[in-house]
Amino acid sequence: MANFSKSNVPQFSVDVYQNEYLPEGGREVNAIVTVTSTGGGTIGSAVAAPHLYTPGQGPDAAVAIMVDCSGSMDYPPTKMRGARDATAAAIDALRDGVHFAVIGGTHVAKEVYPGDGRLAVADARTRDQAKQALRKLSAGGGTAIGTWLRLADRLLSSADVAIRHGIVLTDGRNEHESPEDLKAALDACAGRFTCDARGVGTDWEVKEVTGIASALLGTADIVADPAGLSADFTQMMETAMGKEVADVALRLWTPVGTAIKFVKQVAPTVEELTDRRTEAGPRAGDYPTGSWGDESRDYHVCVEVPSAGIGQEMLAARVSLVIPQPDGTAQTLGAQGLVRAVWTDDMTASTSINPQVAHYTGQAELAQVIQQGLDARKAGDVDGATAKLGRAVQLASISGNADTAKLLAKVVDVVDAPAGTVRLKAKVEEADEMTLETRSTKTVRVKK
Amino acid sequence: MSQMPPALSKCPSCEEPLESGDRFCGACGYDLSAVPAPPHDSPTMTMNGAVPRPTSAGGPVDWPVAPEVDSSDMPAPVHVPTDIQGTDSGGSELPAEVRFDGHPEPDEYALQAPDPRTADFATPSAGTKLCVACRAGQVDRDGYCENCGHAQPRERDHMEQELGAVAAVSDRGLRHHRNEDAFAVSSTALPDGSPAVVAVVCDGVSSATRPDEASLAASRAANEALLDSLPRGAHPQQAMHDAIIAASQAVNSLAGTTPPDEHAPHQNAPACTLVGAVVTPSLLIVGWVGDSRAYWVPVDRGSPAARLTEDDSWAAQMVAAGLMSEAEAYADERAHAITGWLGADAYELEPHTASFKPDRPGVVVVCTDGLWNYAEAAEEMAEVIPPDAAVRPLHSAQVLVGHALDGGGHDNVTVAVLPFPAPPQGAGSA
Repeated sequence: MANFSKSNVPQFSVDVYQNEYLPEGGREVNAIVTVTSTGGGTIGSAVAAPHLYTPGQGPDAAVAIMVDCSGSMDYPPTKMRGARDATAAAIDALRDGVHFAVIGGTHVAKEVYPGDGRLAVADARTRDQAKQALRKLSAGGGTAIGTWLRLADRLLSSADVAIRHGIVLTDGRNEHESPEDLKAALDACAGRFTCDARGVGTDWEVKEVTGIASALLGTADIVADPAGLSADFTQMMETAMGKEVADVALRLWTPVGTAIKFVKQVAPTVEELTDRRTEAGPRAGDYPTGSWGDESRDYHVCVEVPSAGIGQEMLAARVSLVIPQPDGTAQTLGAQGLVRAVWTDDMTASTSINPQVAHYTGQAELAQVIQQGLDARKAGDVDGATAKLGRAVQLASISGNADTAKLLAKVVDVVDAPAGTVRLKAKVEEADEMTLETRSTKTVRVKK
Repeated sequence: MSQMPPALSKCPSCEEPLESGDRFCGACGYDLSAVPAPPHDSPTMTMNGAVPRPTSAGGPVDWPVAPEVDSSDMPAPVHVPTDIQGTDSGGSELPAEVRFDGHPEPDEYALQAPDPRTADFATPSAGTKLCVACRAGQVDRDGYCENCGHAQPRERDHMEQELGAVAAVSDRGLRHHRNEDAFAVSSTALPDGSPAVVAVVCDGVSSATRPDEASLAASRAANEALLDSLPRGAHPQQAMHDAIIAASQAVNSLAGTTPPDEHAPHQNAPACTLVGAVVTPSLLIVGWVGDSRAYWVPVDRGSPAARLTEDDSWAAQMVAAGLMSEAEAYADERAHAITGWLGADAYELEPHTASFKPDRPGVVVVCTDGLWNYAEAAEEMAEVIPPDAAVRPLHSAQVLVGHALDGGGHDNVTVAVLPFPAPPQGAGSA
């Protein structure tokens, strides 16, 4: 087994929560896999006070900040100012020794700092120079995010580092390139760096921003008020500085005769991974999870197994964590979990649903019905929207997802939460609707 | 089908022989419709006829009177199923703590092994452990096939042991995914040099946590206790009683070691049943808690076989209390709920022991309900066990387990076979 020479690589652990008992003829095995990485103690302090890092102590990292400089950023002018301040705050959060670059984005991508296709190495002097360079940022031009991402990829790949991360800030629709161009850029960048995406104001397209974050395994959010950008950027950068290992994949081995029905990340957000499988040897496949700091995520794995007789037991899936290498081998991260199937004639055992599986099934449905409800609302289907958002209120209420419940309450008037009875609000702030849509995939964990 | 002598063959109070149909004792006026009081001396029964036969011809076996005191002049400890608290003689309520030790419904058993042709493994080198299900994949460190994922047989799935005169076989059966039964067999010598053969069989309670660990701990602890006390001259019946106590403590101590599981906070403490037998050249001792049983089958099949234990079960209590007929009681879904067990949450431990002095050679069959579900009556057991059981105990135990598997193998099956009298040490079947 391969092992890291560096001391700051986190320890991974895998816990499987499932009801392994199936009735006679039962074929579907559901399990929640909790993956937890625990760092060597460096990360806790890094998040709280990133400047306490001494060069070389944290993992080598490179960060590219992509700031929208399209013409619309000047309406109102607070947007451009907010973006400049936020970028400065993010630069301040850079750990010494981290490679970084600032990109100004319009219908083309421009290097704002340091330029010449290079990355700067963070220290007091370069941080100061970068902030000076931000003053040159001015609004004017269109929006073609694919070009920004491709430039970021070129710059980030010039450094020999473990962690590569990007931050995209946009305020408008990706109007100056085709959706296919953006898709091609995302495909080219996927797996090469991770990227958070933020929409500022309310003139941007939620599905574009969430699509970027999803493809590049980062987070998406709305910053409706430009004044809130600095805090958000600082927090994003601190999270990026906390990452300790990149390109981790969830590897699933399944026996012959089985089929994987789906694999989803279900906490902290719902992220469909089923179609993002890369084959990894006989009956094994890798699902990308991006980079990890000190954190814990949950995955819902559903496997269809061949039916077997009462009293039989089989392994339905073996879950492990690996870092796939370019040569086709993989560095295993030690931890693994077993998803089992046991056929029993004990009805009490086979009919009970594991609480974690039930909870996340509900959370995934919550994200889905919010999306469907908002789509129906936009399409003018009041009945459909009311039904879907009503169900969302019900699910958020049952599962204790208070944040989502609050967002829902800004879009619908809740008559009876447990029953899911709601009325659509006549007037909804655009920011509230976009916030709900952007954050619909956020889940809460099972109450202990 | 209980082999307890019909409770009304003699007056429970004054021993006066009764005629069937009597409602009151003709001698003392005892009300025979009341719950039969346990015979105050013991349930100890013998089969040798040395003691004057009861005038009743109703019992299939002659049951002589038990000794009142043991070898150390202490009152012989004696327990009967009707000692068990909690069965309301009014018949209305059962003890709250009744556990169901499953008696699954019979249905089709179908092993569906994956087609080996679908395996894409290269032919493994000779000597590699192959999957028993698909015969194509190798077995991983967790005990699963690397091809089809099927769990491989575990050590406890099938166990056999033969030790001189005594042999035991335990099998997972066909419907349960693991074997929660356990046994221990051993032989030792009494202080006078005569041999003593011991068999202990335990059945883990499935509705509790780690039943497999409970049965293993109980069988080992009881066996060790007997191996310790018998050579020191303890009366075998007292030794059996103490062994059950020791087994109970061993199971209780498991409860404290349960790893905390926040996702299943309400699990029961580990629990199991126990039945044990000690055979010496002249005595046969049985002891039990729960619904595992011991049967007596004489070598001469002309003489009647007998069940030597009385279940701690709902059905047995109902019958013993005269509230239901056997047919009614055993047809009830609660029939197999056990009312006595070893484990930290047993409300009160009631070890039952009995001592016999058989007058003819035979074998003792010590078994879990995985066997007796398929040979409930003593006569059925006598039919199933081979005639040469006394000289081929291992073979006989294998045949009995096979009988249970042929019948459907709905539960784990464990059988120990001990010949009586205990043969001199080293003279057992080779």
